[in-house]
Amino acid sequence: MKLVVIAGTPGAGKTSVLMHTVKSLQREGIKPAVVKIDCLWTEDDARFKRLGIPVVVGLAKDMCPDHYSIYNVDEMLAWAKSQEADILLNETAGLCLRCAPYPDQCLAVCVIDVTTGPNAPLKVGPLLTTADVAVITKGDMVSQAEREVFRERILETNPKCRIVEANGLSGKGAAELAELIRAAPEVTGDMVLRHNPPLAICTLCTGELRVSKEHHRGVLRHLDGFMEYTGE
Amino acid sequence: MTQAYQLTILGGLDKDGQPEEIDQIDIFSGEIIGIVGPTGSGKSSFIGDIEQFAQGDTPSCRTVLIDGELPGFETRSDPRKKLIAQLSQNMHFLADMTVEDFLRMHAKSRGKPVEEVQRVIELANTLTGEPAHPNHHLTILSGGQSRALMTADIAVISDSPIVLIDEIENAGIKKKEALELLAGEGKMVIVVTHDPMLALMTSRRIVMKNGGVRKVIDTSKEERRVCEDLSRVDDWLMNLRETIRRGEVVEAAL
Repeated sequence: MKLVVIAGTPGAGKTSVLMHTVKSLQREGIKPAVVKIDCLWTEDDARFKRLGIPVVVGLAKDMCPDHYSIYNVDEMLAWAKSQEADILLNETAGLCLRCAPYPDQCLAVCVIDVTTGPNAPLKVGPLLTTADVAVITKGDMVSQAEREVFRERILETNPKCRIVEANGLSGKGAAELAELIRAAPEVTGDMVLRHNPPLAICTLCTGELRVSKEHHRGVLRHLDGFMEYTGE
Repeated sequence: MTQAYQLTILGGLDKDGQPEEIDQIDIFSGEIIGIVGPTGSGKSSFIGDIEQFAQGDTPSCRTVLIDGELPGFETRSDPRKKLIAQLSQNMHFLADMTVEDFLRMHAKSRGKPVEEVQRVIELANTLTGEPAHPNHHLTILSGGQSRALMTADIAVISDSPIVLIDEIENAGIKKKEALELLAGEGKMVIVVTHDPMLALMTSRRIVMKNGGVRKVIDTSKEERRVCEDLSRVDDWLMNLRETIRRGEVVEAAL
């Protein structure tokens, strides 16, 4: 079983690129299964079902969607195995830029939209810097020069990543991504994350609604960057 | 001097899934080729296939070869090794950077010296009315200024042996000068156009319909003469446009 984790900001085109990639894999006789993680609601599963592949949705609700995704990796792999799939495609909700839900043995794919501008790759953090593949979408909406500047910015933040220029409408780049997925290693045993999730746990994490410092305890960071533990 | 290349486009399918009427087109360095046809007939998709060296993996199922072979991965993707420069129909920049920072970054991505940046801005300002300044933000440039900057950027920084142009006549820049600037010395130029003069400046033109190539027409001697007439009419129109832009009154007829 191979594990592919597809992350990236909302609206970047993760689902559209993935749909074309699934078709490409199917043409090669490969059986993928999809787990779509979202926060509150999604209907992307209906889109994947039309391709005739096993799909399951996980809604994180009150839990951080990336933590939820990491916590449930074993269960997702077991489910994909029960569906006799060769590859598990795990599409994340893609909200927080601080968590990078990539286990070490997966193929980590970060989908990023070129219209977010050349500073975007600097803001995305571990989601991009620890990815194996950066998929650039919506390239048809900007000039070639802007695409090339964007590409350069990605390579500045992650020099080792493989870049795929894709288009969720036309399917451009899907064959290339499918080829990279085919060449990805199998999951062989226990996995660890590539990057640690956020350090802090505080009273906000456990449901405190009141605003301002006096009400909060935990590992907390001040506006000036000073970080401290307050509490018992 | 630009190295000579041969580009081969093997026909794919039109919008109805029928094979294209022309199944192979060879284009050589030094040629200027036109792409004509109604809107929605697949002109932009055609040059899009060339830009990405389609391998049967685009909706048209076309295959594009360079010197008779499939290009390697790096030729397809690494801007330092790219054979293709493309002026698309985009009229505006989305990047929130200054003109100078953007061009420096683009020069770096193409492995070109930063000294070229000043040349790009100077050239761009010969194609358009109000000059763009290095400190201007890209997002405040007008359509004409953006288009002129994209054109000059392709001529100097991208400087690839194959140039794809999508409707340079839009946005009010000097189209003939822009085409001549992009064509450079010995380059292969493929230009999508609705403009009769630009279409007849080419040596051959590919006619598109319903997503497929319908025919290829060699520009006749008669058409070349028409092109010379059009060029004079165009010069006259350009002069009128500049006179009116300067706020002067038009006096002389043709």
